[in-house]
Amino acid sequence: MSERHPVLTMTAISKIFPGVRALDGVDLRLFPGEVHALMGENGAGKSTLIKVLTGVYGTDSGTITLDGAEVSFSGPMQATAAGVSTVYQEVNLLPNLSVAENIYIGREPRRLGAVNWREMRRRAKDLLARIDLHIDVTELLGNYSLAVQQMVAIARAVDIRARVLILDEPTSSLDADEVAQLMRIMRQLRDDGIAIIFVTHFLDQVYAIADRITVLRNGRLVGEYLTSELPQIALVEKMIGKELDALERLDEATSGEDRAALESGTPLVAADGLGKSGSVAPFSLTIHQGEVVGLAGLLGSGRTEVARLFFGADRADTGRLAVDGTPVTIRNPVAAIDRDIAFCSENRRTEGLVGELSVRENIILAMQAARGWLRPLPRRRQDELVRHWITALSIRPADPEMPVRNLSGGNQQKVLLARWLITEPRLLILDEPTRGIDIGAKTEIQRLVAQLSDGGMAVLFISAELEEVLRLSHKVAVMRDRQLVTELTNDDTLDAARVMQVIASGSSQEGSVPA
Amino acid sequence: MTTTPLAARPGRAWWRVPPRHVPVLATAALLLVMYSIGVSQYRAFSNIQVVFNVFIDNGFLLVVAVGMTFVILTGGIDLSVGSVVAMTAMVSASLLGNGLHPAVVLVIALLIGPVLGFAMGCVIHFFDIQPFIVTLAGMFFARGVCTWISTTSIPITDGFWTSTAQHRIHLGENFVSVGALIAVAVVAVAAAVLAYTRLGRNVYAIGGNQQSALLMGLPVGRTKIAVYTISGLCSAIGGILLSFYTLSGAPLIAVGMELDVIAAVVIGGTLLTGGSGYIFGTLLGVLVLSIIQTLITFDGTLNSWWTKIVIGGLLFVFILLQRLVGIRTK
Amino acid sequence: MSTVRARAAGVTGHRLFWPLVVLVLLLMANAIYRPSFLSVELKNGHLYGSLIDIVRLSAPLILVALGMSLVIATGGIDLSVGAVAAVAGAVACLYISEQPDQNSLGVVLTAVALGFGVALLLGAWNGILVAGIGIQPIIATLILMVAGRGLAQLIAEGQIITINSGPYKVIGVGHLLTLPFAIVIALAVTVLVAVLTRRTALGMIIESVGGNAEASRLAGIRSRRITFLVYVVSAACAAIAGFMMTANVSSADGNAVGLWVELDAILAVVIGGTALAGGRFYLGGTVVGALLIQTLTTSVYAMNIDPQTSLLFKAVVVIVVCLIQAPAFRARFRRRRSVPVTPVEPVGTEKEQVPA
Repeated sequence: MSERHPVLTMTAISKIFPGVRALDGVDLRLFPGEVHALMGENGAGKSTLIKVLTGVYGTDSGTITLDGAEVSFSGPMQATAAGVSTVYQEVNLLPNLSVAENIYIGREPRRLGAVNWREMRRRAKDLLARIDLHIDVTELLGNYSLAVQQMVAIARAVDIRARVLILDEPTSSLDADEVAQLMRIMRQLRDDGIAIIFVTHFLDQVYAIADRITVLRNGRLVGEYLTSELPQIALVEKMIGKELDALERLDEATSGEDRAALESGTPLVAADGLGKSGSVAPFSLTIHQGEVVGLAGLLGSGRTEVARLFFGADRADTGRLAVDGTPVTIRNPVAAIDRDIAFCSENRRTEGLVGELSVRENIILAMQAARGWLRPLPRRRQDELVRHWITALSIRPADPEMPVRNLSGGNQQKVLLARWLITEPRLLILDEPTRGIDIGAKTEIQRLVAQLSDGGMAVLFISAELEEVLRLSHKVAVMRDRQLVTELTNDDTLDAARVMQVIASGSSQEGSVPA
Repeated sequence: MTTTPLAARPGRAWWRVPPRHVPVLATAALLLVMYSIGVSQYRAFSNIQVVFNVFIDNGFLLVVAVGMTFVILTGGIDLSVGSVVAMTAMVSASLLGNGLHPAVVLVIALLIGPVLGFAMGCVIHFFDIQPFIVTLAGMFFARGVCTWISTTSIPITDGFWTSTAQHRIHLGENFVSVGALIAVAVVAVAAAVLAYTRLGRNVYAIGGNQQSALLMGLPVGRTKIAVYTISGLCSAIGGILLSFYTLSGAPLIAVGMELDVIAAVVIGGTLLTGGSGYIFGTLLGVLVLSIIQTLITFDGTLNSWWTKIVIGGLLFVFILLQRLVGIRTK
Repeated sequence: MSTVRARAAGVTGHRLFWPLVVLVLLLMANAIYRPSFLSVELKNGHLYGSLIDIVRLSAPLILVALGMSLVIATGGIDLSVGAVAAVAGAVACLYISEQPDQNSLGVVLTAVALGFGVALLLGAWNGILVAGIGIQPIIATLILMVAGRGLAQLIAEGQIITINSGPYKVIGVGHLLTLPFAIVIALAVTVLVAVLTRRTALGMIIESVGGNAEASRLAGIRSRRITFLVYVVSAACAAIAGFMMTANVSSADGNAVGLWVELDAILAVVIGGTALAGGRFYLGGTVVGALLIQTLTTSVYAMNIDPQTSLLFKAVVVIVVCLIQAPAFRARFRRRRSVPVTPVEPVGTEKEQVPA
C-alpha cells in the first residue's frame, strides 16, 4: 500500500483566524482508491481543513500537492476543475431543475449551439446507471429524497473527472437503506481509483467503509491510522482526548446521600418515549430538581435533538412529557418558557443571539418576551439586571450597549446564559455551553452550573467533552446514533473510559473496557 | 416503494400532473373557461378576430412580460419596465419629429433600454443592492427622461411608422398587425433562449439557488446582468410597438404597467422567488389579463375598476396555489 | 455617559451623515438660488415659508414611511400603502359626501373612523397573508397594491368624489398653534409610533424578529403576532396619510391618491438607514429621508425645472445614497484607497447568515 503515491498531500497546514488557531500544522495524505475518514469533534478543524483544500480559505502556511504538483486553489470552482470535488450534506445542487440538467448544467451537450436535451438525458441515464441508480432523469431533482440528490451530486462530481471526492457528512440525514446504497456507490468509486475523503460522525459507517482514518483535535493532527488497526474505543479516545487538567477541580458535586435526596419526589421533568422521526428515536429521561444530567455522545448523535424536544424548539411526534408530574404538551418555545424551561442553543449566532442588538437587549430578550411587549421592563430594572450579570459572569467588554456580535465567543455565551438566568428557570438546558471559548470562561461557566444546581436548578448539560460532563453531572445519559442508549449514575466508579466504551460500542457492559 | 426506496419516483400515476405544471395548467384552464364564457354570452366573441385583437392590443404588454419573466426567473424584479417603454416611445417620437431617418431612430430607440438595463444589472451585481431599489431608481430615471424630452404628447407622422402601424397582415378573413407578429416572434425567440441555450438554463439555475449555481461554476454575475439587459431590450421593443399602436410618444403613458406585467407573469405560473416558470405561461398570463379586459368591455355594465379587483383576486388565488404546490412538493 | 456620546458620534459618522449632508446641500442650493427660501414669517398667527411648506407637503410621506419602517424592520415590505391610503380616503370622502351637513364635526369624525376601520381590515389582510399563510411580503402586499386601487375606484364608483367639508379640509390645510395641521398630525404620529415602539418593548422585539427570526422564536417571542401587528400599523399610518391627501384637495380620486407613495416611503426608510433586510430601524432617519425626498421635489419646483423632471434627480439621489450606504460599494472604495490592507478572514460567516 505504501509504495503507491498519494494523489493528494497536505503538509503542515496552518490556518489562523483572528484569535483562533483553527489549524496547526495538520498533515493529510490521500491515496487513490481509498476511503479516508476525517474524524474529529466540533472545532477539531475538519471543515476548516476541507475549506483550505478546496480554496475557500487560503492557508497561512503549509503546502498542498495534487499528483506531485503543488497547488493552491482560488475557490471550489477551480478545485473542481482540477479534480477535487466536494459534496456537502446540504446538497449544493438546483432542486428546481431536472436530474439530468443538474449533472450537466454548465457543460450541456449541444448541437448547433442549442442544448441537446435528448443527448443530455441519455448521458445522464447512462451515468446514473453506472452507479446503479435508475431514476427518471427528467424529474425535478427536488422531488427526490436527499439521498438521491447526494448521489446525483456525486455523479456530477465523478463525471467532471474528480479524482478526489470529498463527502462532507453525507449520511447525516439518511436512513439505513439510503446509507447502504451510498456506501455501495462509495465502494464502487473507490474501486474505480477515486480517492474519497469521508467526513462523518457515525463510527459504524467509518468502520464499515473507511480504509484509513485521520483524527484531528483542536486544530491539531492526532494521527493517521489504518482502520483495521484502530479499535473503536481507541478512536473515540483520540477524538475526545483527555483534556490536560488545566482547570482547577470543582468540588465533587455528587455524593451518595445527595443522590438519594435528589431522586426522591416527583421529577421536575420526565420524558416518556419522547421522540421525533428522522431526528431522534423515542427516549425516556427524568430530571429532578437540583440535578445535573449530562448528555454525552458524539456530534450528530442526537444530543441537540433531545434538548430541542424538551424545549419545544422541535415538536415531538411520539411520547409524553410531564412537568412536576403533570402531563404537558410543549409545542413551541413559548410553552416551554411558561414551564420555566430555558435553552441555550449550541449555535449561538444563528439560534441564540440577535447580533445587531446590544448586550443589554439580548440579555433581557427572553424575559421581555415572556412579559409581552406591552409591559416593558423598566429601563432602570434592565440596567440593574444587566449590570449585575455582566459583573457576575464577568462579560467583557462590560458595555451593555455594545452590539453583541462584536463580543468574543465566550462572552457571547455568557450573554446567552444571562438571558436565561434572569428568567430564573427551573430547568436550564445547556447545549455545548463551553464550546469554542477560552479556558478561563470555560471554568467560570462550569462553576456557575455547579452553583446553580446547588441552588436547586435542574440542568441538562450537553457537551462533547467527557471530562466536563463527568465533573458536573449527577447522571450521564449517553447518546449514540440518534438513540439514548443508556443512563449511567455518576458515582465514584464512573469514568471517562466507560462512557467512551458506550459511545463507541453502544453497550454499557461493565468490565469490558479495554486498557 | 418498499423494494427500492431510492429509485422510487415521487409516487405519481401517469395521469397525475407534476406539481410544477399545476399553475400553468390552471392558467390555461382559466383562460378556456373565460373564453367559453365570452363565447356563450356574446356572439361577437366567437369571432377569431377577437383573439387576434388581443395580440394586436396587448402585443407590447406581452413583449415586456417576456423580459420580466427572465428577471423574475432569476429571483429579481424590474420595476423600470413601464417607464422604459414610455421613454423609448418618447425618444422615437421626438427623434422622428426632428427628421431623423426611421432606421437610425429604430436603432437608437432599441439601444436605450438595454443600456439602462445593463447599467442596472451592473449596479445590482457589483454593489449587491436589491434589484427592487435599483430598478426603482431606473423607473424614476426613465420617467424623468420622458418629461425632460417633453411634457406633452408628441405625435408621430413619419411615413415608415404610420405605414407599419396601419399595415394589416391578412390571415383568411382576419388580420393581425405587424406589432402583433413581432410580439409573437419575441415570445418564440425567448422561449427558445430559455429552453435551449446555456444562458437560459443559467437563468433557471440562479433562480433555483444562487449559491449553488456559483459553486457549480456557472457565470452568475454575467447572467444576472444579462437578464436586466434583456428586460431592457424587451421594454424597448415594447416601447416601439406601443409607438406603432398609438403613433405618438406620451410622457405619462404606461404608468403602472410594471404591475400588470408582474401580475401577468405570476398568473402565468412563474414563481416570484425565481427558478420556475415558462414563457408559455407568461403568454397565457397576458392572455388572461387581456380577456378579462375584453370581457369587461363587452359586458358594458361592469366598470373598468373591476379589472383591477379581478386581477388582484387572481393574483391571490395563484399565489396561494403556488404556495400549496410548494408545500406539497416539499 | 461616554457611551451615549460614543453612540451619538457613531450616528453622525455613519448612518444619517450622508442623507443629512445631501439635505443641507439641497437647502443651501435653494437658499442661493432664492435667498428668501430660508425665511419663515408669521402671518395671521400662522407660520409661512418654503421650509414650512416642505415639511407640510412631506407629512403624508412621513406617515406612510413610519409604518413602512416597522414593516421593513421585521424583514418585510408593504407595497399596498398607496392603495390603502386611496381606499381610506375614498371611504371617508364617500361618507361625508352622502351626509346632509358636511361641515358637522361628528360627520367628519365618523368618516375618519370608518376609513380607519377599513384600512385596519386591509392591514389585517396583509398581516394574515404574511404571518398566517407565510407568503413572501413583497408578493402578499402586491395583491392589495393591485386590487386596492380597484377597490378605491369601486367605492367611488369610478368618480372623483368631491366634498365640501370645512372640518375635513382642516386635516390637510388647516392650522393649529401657528403650525399647519398636517405637520401637527405628522409630528403626533411620529411621537406616537416612537412611544409605541420605544417606550414599550415593541421596537426591540421587532428588531429582534427582523435581526434573527429563529433566535427570537427560541427566546419565546411570538413573532407571528408581531409581524401581523406591523402590517396593521402600516395600514393605519397609510390611512391617516390618505385622509391628509384627500383633505388637501377636498376630493378623493381612487387612481391618484397615494400613487407611488409606497416607493417614496421605501426610499425614505432606506435613506434613513434601515436595512431592507430587516433589523434595527430608525424612525428619525426615516423622517429625514422623507424630508429629503420632499425637499428634492420642492427644489425642482422652485428652480422652475419641470416638476416631472424631478424624477431624474430623485433617481440620481436614490442611487447615490444607496451606493454610499451599500457595504459592497464602500468595501470597493476603501480597497481602492488603501490597497495593502490584508483581507481579514471573517470567522464562520456562513454560520452567521440567518434567513431573515
